[in-house]
Amino acid sequence: MREQLPALIVVVPLLAALLSLFVSYISKILARWVAIAALLVAHLSAIGALVLVLREGAPWHYHFGAWEPPWGIEYVIDPLGGAMAVLISFVSLFVAIYSGGFSREFNWLKTGGYYTLFLLLTTGLLGMVVTGDVFNLYVFLEISSLAGYALIAFGGNRGTVAAFRYLLVGTIGASFYLLGIGYLYAITGSLNMVDLAELLPPLMTSPVFLMTVVMFIVGFGIKMAMFPLHGWQPDAYSYAHPAAAPLIAGVMGKVPAYAAIRYFFFIFAPTSLVVSKALTVMGWLAALGIIIGSIMAIAQKDFRRMLAYSSVAQIGYIVVGMAIGNMYGLIGAILHIVNHAFMKSTLFLVAGGVKWRTGENNIEKYAALCGKMPLTMAAFAVCALSMVGIPPTAGFFSKWYLILGAIEADLWIYIVVIVLSSLLNAIYFFRVIENIYMKERIEVREIRTSKPLELPLNMLVPIVVLGLGILVLGIFNESIVTQILQYAIPGGGF
Amino acid sequence: MIENFLSSSFIYWLIAILLLLGIFGILECNNLMKKLMAMNVMQVAVIIFFLVLAQKSHATLPVMFNGDVNIDNYVNPLPHALMLTAIVVSLSTTGVALALLMRIQKRYEAIEEDDVLRRMNK
Repeated sequence: MREQLPALIVVVPLLAALLSLFVSYISKILARWVAIAALLVAHLSAIGALVLVLREGAPWHYHFGAWEPPWGIEYVIDPLGGAMAVLISFVSLFVAIYSGGFSREFNWLKTGGYYTLFLLLTTGLLGMVVTGDVFNLYVFLEISSLAGYALIAFGGNRGTVAAFRYLLVGTIGASFYLLGIGYLYAITGSLNMVDLAELLPPLMTSPVFLMTVVMFIVGFGIKMAMFPLHGWQPDAYSYAHPAAAPLIAGVMGKVPAYAAIRYFFFIFAPTSLVVSKALTVMGWLAALGIIIGSIMAIAQKDFRRMLAYSSVAQIGYIVVGMAIGNMYGLIGAILHIVNHAFMKSTLFLVAGGVKWRTGENNIEKYAALCGKMPLTMAAFAVCALSMVGIPPTAGFFSKWYLILGAIEADLWIYIVVIVLSSLLNAIYFFRVIENIYMKERIEVREIRTSKPLELPLNMLVPIVVLGLGILVLGIFNESIVTQILQYAIPGGGF
Repeated sequence: MIENFLSSSFIYWLIAILLLLGIFGILECNNLMKKLMAMNVMQVAVIIFFLVLAQKSHATLPVMFNGDVNIDNYVNPLPHALMLTAIVVSLSTTGVALALLMRIQKRYEAIEEDDVLRRMNK
C-alpha cells in the first residue's frame, strides 16, 4: 500500500467522482460522504507521500504500470509538488464539507452532479501537481478546466454566460500550451520532465525554444489570470456557484502558477537569456497588474467581484516572486501560493456564508453583520488583515520574503509596488471592515435562518478552520519554510 | 524553388493561418455559435501541427514489416496517440460548450453576444 501513495492521490478522487453520481440516486447524504471520504484519503496520501519524501531526501519517482520513463508516464513527488498536493487536498476537503449547506437543497441529480464535478476538479488539480509528464499535465489541466466551467455554470444564468466566455478563452490558453509542448517535442523528442531538463540546455538559444517560452507564458498566463490576460476572471469568480467558488477562486488559479514555476525553474534553466528576459517581462506586467487589480478592486460594490479583482493583484505577487528569481523571491512566491490559497478560499467561504443567510453580495448590505455572524466575521477580519499584510497573519510573511528577495536583487521598483499595493489593499478591506463593525444596523431580510449557531455546523467549521489556518501559517511560518519550502526551490538539496 | 517551398515549410504556414483564423474568429464573431466553431478550427490547427511533426517521406505505418527495424522507414506514432487524447479533449470541450449555449439560448432567447449582454444587464 505504501508504495502506491502517489497514485492514490489522483486515483481515489477520480474513482469517487465516477461513483458519487450513481450513489446519489440511492442516497444524497451517502454521495456527499463518498466525496468527503475520497478527499480525506487523497489528503492523507498526500501528507504521507510528502513526509516520506522529506525523510528520504530524494524525489519519489512513481512509474505507472511499471513503464520506465521516458516511455511511460511517471508521477514525481518532490517537496514542491507534495506540498501543493497537501494544500489542494486540504482546501478541497474543507470546501466539500462546506458544500453541504447548499447541496442539502439540491435534488439527487444535482447533488450527484455537483460532487462528481467537484471531485473531477480536484482530481485535475492534484494530477497537475504530481505528474512528471508534460502531456499528462495538459490532460489534467483540461480535466480541471472542464469541471471548472461546469461548476461556474452551476451558479445560475449569469454563471452560464461567464462559463461560456471562460471556456473560449481557457481553450485558447490550453491550445497555446499544447502548441508549446509540440515545439518542445519537436526539438527534444521527449515528454518527460526529468528527461527534458537534461536534453534542453544545449538548445536554449534555438528560436524554437523562444517560441515554446512565449506559448507557455500565454497559456499559463490565461489559465492563472495574469494581467493583462485576466478578462475572463472577475465574471467567472463572482458568478460561480457559492459552494464551489472557494475552490475555484482559491486553488484553481494557483496551480497553473505552480506549473509555470515548475517549467521556468526546474525544466528550463532560469539563467538562460530567453527565460530570464521572459521572466523580466512577466514581472513588469505583474507589477502593473498588482496596481491596476487593486485599484479596480476599490471600485467594486459587489463583495465577490472585489475579491476577484484582488486575485488579479495577488497572482501578480507570485509572478513578481518568480521574476525576482533568487532564493528569497522563490520562497516568497511559493509561500504566497499557499497563503493566498488559504486567504482567498476563506474569503469566498465567508461570502458564500453571507449569501446563504441573506442572499446579498453587496458590501453595503454587510453593515453590522458582526452581531449576527460573529465567528464568520472574525474569520473575515483575520483574512483581511492577512491580505493587507499585518503580522502575525500569514500574508505578512510572503510579502516579507518577496521584499527581502527584491532587496537582494536590487529591484527596488518591486518593493515600491508591493508596499503601495498593501496600502491599496488596506483601503478596500478596511472599507468592508468598517461596514461590518462600525455601521448602524440596517434591515436585511434573511432567506435562511439557522439555530443555534449563525450558520449550519458543516459551513461554520470550514470557515473557522481555514481562518485559524491563516494564523497558524503565519505563526509557524518559519518552520514551514525551513522544513519544507526550503527544499522546494531549485538547488534546495533535492 | 516553389516546389521546395510547397514540400517543406508551406504546411506550417497553412497551420499558422488556420490557428490565427480561429483566434480571430473567437475575438471577432458576435454570434456565440460562430465563436465556438472558430474555437474548433483553432484546435484542429494544433492537431494538424502535431500530425505534421510525425510525418516522414517514404515511411509507412508503424507496424513491423518483414522484420525491418530501421526507424526511418516508419512514421512516428506518438504524436498520433497524443492527438487522439487531444481530440477527445476537444470533443468534450465542444460538448460542454454546446450544453452551456443551450442554457444561454433558453434563458436569454439569443445567442448574439450583444443581445445576451443587453438582456443580462436589464
